[in-house]
Amino acid sequence: MDGSGRFHALTARDAGLVGCRTCTRVNEAGAERCVRCGERLASRDPTSMQKVWAWWIAGLLFYIPANIWPMLITSTVGRAEEATIIGGVIDLANLGAYGVAFIVFFASVIIPVGKFIAIAWLALIVRKPHGHKPGPLLHLFEFVEFIGRWSMIDVFVVAILAALVQFDLLATINPGIAAVCFALSVIFTMLSAMSFDSRAIWDRIETIADD
Amino acid sequence: MTPSADLLCCPICDALHRLDDLPDGRRARCIRCNTVLGTGKPEAITRIVVLAATSLILMTIVVFYPFLQLRQGVFTSKASVFDTVMTFSSGAMAPLSIAVGLFIIILPVTRLALLVWSLFPLSIGRPPWPGASRALRWSEVLRPWAMAEIFMVGVAIALVKLADLATLTMGPAFWSFAAIVFITALGDTQMSKHTIWTALDDSTR
Repeated sequence: MDGSGRFHALTARDAGLVGCRTCTRVNEAGAERCVRCGERLASRDPTSMQKVWAWWIAGLLFYIPANIWPMLITSTVGRAEEATIIGGVIDLANLGAYGVAFIVFFASVIIPVGKFIAIAWLALIVRKPHGHKPGPLLHLFEFVEFIGRWSMIDVFVVAILAALVQFDLLATINPGIAAVCFALSVIFTMLSAMSFDSRAIWDRIETIADD
Repeated sequence: MTPSADLLCCPICDALHRLDDLPDGRRARCIRCNTVLGTGKPEAITRIVVLAATSLILMTIVVFYPFLQLRQGVFTSKASVFDTVMTFSSGAMAPLSIAVGLFIIILPVTRLALLVWSLFPLSIGRPPWPGASRALRWSEVLRPWAMAEIFMVGVAIALVKLADLATLTMGPAFWSFAAIVFITALGDTQMSKHTIWTALDDSTR
């Protein structure tokens, strides 16, 4: 069983109840807050998709300057060099650290771009009745939620380098404006993924032949 | 249908389940999406509390001791975790400094403290302290924003970048931080929403 075996189950909503997503307790329909943990309840949040798209667009808007503007400003004996995200990856590869170069490339380029595509795809699919298997959709969503935070790596690398390399005249490293843009982009896409209601994956499924 | 205490919904797909006490070491999964709903491990709560408390103690070392030291010829520079947070503190970068501080120190510490506050009395068989359910709820909210483990990987990458520029030494704070990351990951695998909340519920009554 990979979670795609059964598509129809009695849900809290079907039973005229509302389930709490924080503590799993079932509450009376129309209850404002969960009796057990006090979480705000919504059988289905009608504004969920709007929030997903709003954060998604905000994240994309900040991701563009994050790639154009410099991430790191290295000054060695009066000469300043600026490196973008991709520039930093190339520098690492030139040092011979291919493994690390790949990790940074993966965290700062592949994860964010993949996330934009995955969230948009999920949001478009669950909008109307669909014939996709819910299991793989859920796996994709959980993967996006799990991996999204790891994009922060590059921001932390910049912070550590800038804190350590302060040898006045000899060499200094300072953060560039792209670090701020990138951090905001990661935060916004995390919020976008969190706004997505995973229950929507099952809500508008068309009958799929169980196989 | 009436919302009784033995009914639970899957937090991922909303399917309803009726769950009685689970035998030790057994896991209950959602019939539809296979999410783990509950674990039959009563000692899990004690383990979560112990792990969280250990991480909290190690965190004080992280903040007050040197983290990394860089040497090149006669020049030395030391950085604590606090210095790393403060790198963005000037001008337009200030908000980022606050965010980094939140992600690597404040939110992880808050989350651990909330966990200890909500679950410690339970682990020794006492009634919970006031606000326990609110504390537990907030510790869940903060979970994705506590990024200590991501920071550790960032440190490893920074080490590679600096390897041929200068000599680097790791301070005690570095090793404490590494331990925290490991311990927190261990603690998170012990969490099951239904199990913990039911335990908190039972001890209140």
